[in-house]
Amino acid sequence: MMAADGYVDCAPGYVANEGPKIVTGRFGYEDSYALARFEATGGYAGLRRALETTPAAVHQEVRDAVLLGRGGAGFPAGVKWGFLPPGRHPYYLVVNGDESEPGTYKDRLLMERDPHQLIEGCLIACYALGLSQCFLYVRGEMALAQERIAAALNEAYAAGYAGREICGTDFSVDVVLTWGAGAYIVGEETALIESLEGNRGMPRLKPPYFPAAVGLYGQPTIVNNVETLSNLGWIMANGAEAYRGFGSESSPGTRMFAVSGHVRRPGVYEVEHGITTFRELLCGDNFARGIRDGRELKAFIPGGGSAPWFFGEHLDLPLEAKPVGAAGSMLGSGAVVVMDETTDAVDAALRLVRFFARESCGKCTPCREGTVWLERILQRIADGRGRPSDIDLLLDVSDNISPGPYPTAADEAQGLEAVPFPPRQTTICPLGPSAVAPVASTIRRFRSEYEAKIHLREAIPVRAAS
Amino acid sequence: MSRLTADNEARARRIMALYPRPKSALIPLLHLAQSQDGHLTDEGMRHVAELVGITPAEAAGTATFYEMFKFHPVGRYLVNVCTNISCALLGADELVAHASAALGVKPGGTTEDGMFTLETVECMAACTEAPCLAVNYRYRLRVTPEDFDELVVSIRAGGVDREIPHHGTLARVRQEIPEDRMAGVAPPEQARTAPAWMAAASEEAG
Repeated sequence: MMAADGYVDCAPGYVANEGPKIVTGRFGYEDSYALARFEATGGYAGLRRALETTPAAVHQEVRDAVLLGRGGAGFPAGVKWGFLPPGRHPYYLVVNGDESEPGTYKDRLLMERDPHQLIEGCLIACYALGLSQCFLYVRGEMALAQERIAAALNEAYAAGYAGREICGTDFSVDVVLTWGAGAYIVGEETALIESLEGNRGMPRLKPPYFPAAVGLYGQPTIVNNVETLSNLGWIMANGAEAYRGFGSESSPGTRMFAVSGHVRRPGVYEVEHGITTFRELLCGDNFARGIRDGRELKAFIPGGGSAPWFFGEHLDLPLEAKPVGAAGSMLGSGAVVVMDETTDAVDAALRLVRFFARESCGKCTPCREGTVWLERILQRIADGRGRPSDIDLLLDVSDNISPGPYPTAADEAQGLEAVPFPPRQTTICPLGPSAVAPVASTIRRFRSEYEAKIHLREAIPVRAAS
Repeated sequence: MSRLTADNEARARRIMALYPRPKSALIPLLHLAQSQDGHLTDEGMRHVAELVGITPAEAAGTATFYEMFKFHPVGRYLVNVCTNISCALLGADELVAHASAALGVKPGGTTEDGMFTLETVECMAACTEAPCLAVNYRYRLRVTPEDFDELVVSIRAGGVDREIPHHGTLARVRQEIPEDRMAGVAPPEQARTAPAWMAAASEEAG
């Protein structure tokens, strides 16, 4: 990873694998976050090109690029932008930098290593849509990202890239860094807006479904993920057609994937979207290089802690939202967690469920109560105090949060047909149903492990009659 | 000391000026109050509430939702060990047990000398570098028990003072917009039309 002109490996976790680099191209420079480096490597060229054309043309370019949202839902950004109702100004842009989905590690790198690339994307979006102000909301715990973005914004304002009369044109907009204080749920876009209004970060009742209709201060608001916006500078500088030259037709460009857990070379990789398979990502030489210590794969989570689990038979699915969704899970936030044969399925499910129980905001009863029930039942099974009725109880509580058949991949051995993602829910947001994912996945696949823990538990001491 | 100092009050007013409505500055201002005392005091919260124009109860209502705000004194160094899935797969439990034994406190506890508070936390977005921890939100990656011991020695000896501020201080670099560079922030009620630049930009030849 050493090369001429100071190119060194200084983004911990990032692996400069072979392949096109759209958003991670500067990660290897030690000063990748500085304005001088950004300008020397093509930075703000996309913004300048945008300013030479009309806002409508910029919006069209982003539509043509089929830039899919990188936050989890995978909705095309150009289409989402089109939901702004005409004439209801002011419009706002809120950047979702609250990365905290278990297994996800990409936005923090983008914010720490290339803040100007993100700021350029924000400005392009503001120009395309006639937005009045941009709020860059960074997760509270990410102190370094906050410092890097603050410094980059100060540089950008001083150099005339942000604020009043950008690049010598009339285009003027303020980009304001703001931050949270520790709450996973704030990653949900309406909760993020509540937090930005100074409230408890609880998701809003739906409908209205989209902040584009009713968002910040009740005004039309676009909420975009950090990685989504980080692509805009490249798209405007190189054009939608060049962008569509990478990846597959329905999922162009690249995506960042964090591969963690029991692999030989865990890391964050920039991967061509839609054409790479899980097998390549997990086992390929260019990527994670297989399961550690020559062990067998037990299961993997394809899209962050909220996603139903995949197994060996799903390795040949492409990294693309549609087929992964049809197989009963989601590509989500580009987080692949790999578990080898030594993993205790009940314990792994407990880890994830405990997370959702801790992070439930408490607004909807099935989630507030149900996630805690799930955690306690799993805990007692893990502790060797499980009851024979506990598996049914887990499924019953799950059904109260997410009624009906829970999404699953097809499983011939068990005679299961694929139930596509997303799940049904009795809650406002998907946090509750997410807690069901590890429970349903492990009970379906590793029921015997549950039964063993329950039936092989230590005998309950009988209290002597007094 | 509990209300914001004069310097911090001036800083608070500059932060509020960046938002269309002052209450949007609430969380940043609560962080500012926490940076003074290492935790949020009632007086600090009351002062912040006054500044943004809400009741102290409303400020407390928001503050208590977020786990970074502490309502009782914590150690000068808050040690957060991740125990979520990726870290758990690679030894987070052992790291927590070691940290707990080394510091002599259970997770949630503070050492008698007030130096360290140990917490287990959820995913910190460093999953490929498991197991990880953060000290006052400064990350340490692929941490072994030996690394942990060295870190504690180094902190006690003042070896990280330049990198890691005391608990409460988050970012030490702040966004400062010179007045003549501001595009201008207005409450939504006063911004009912498209931005002034939009009409001309839309007419320009493509």
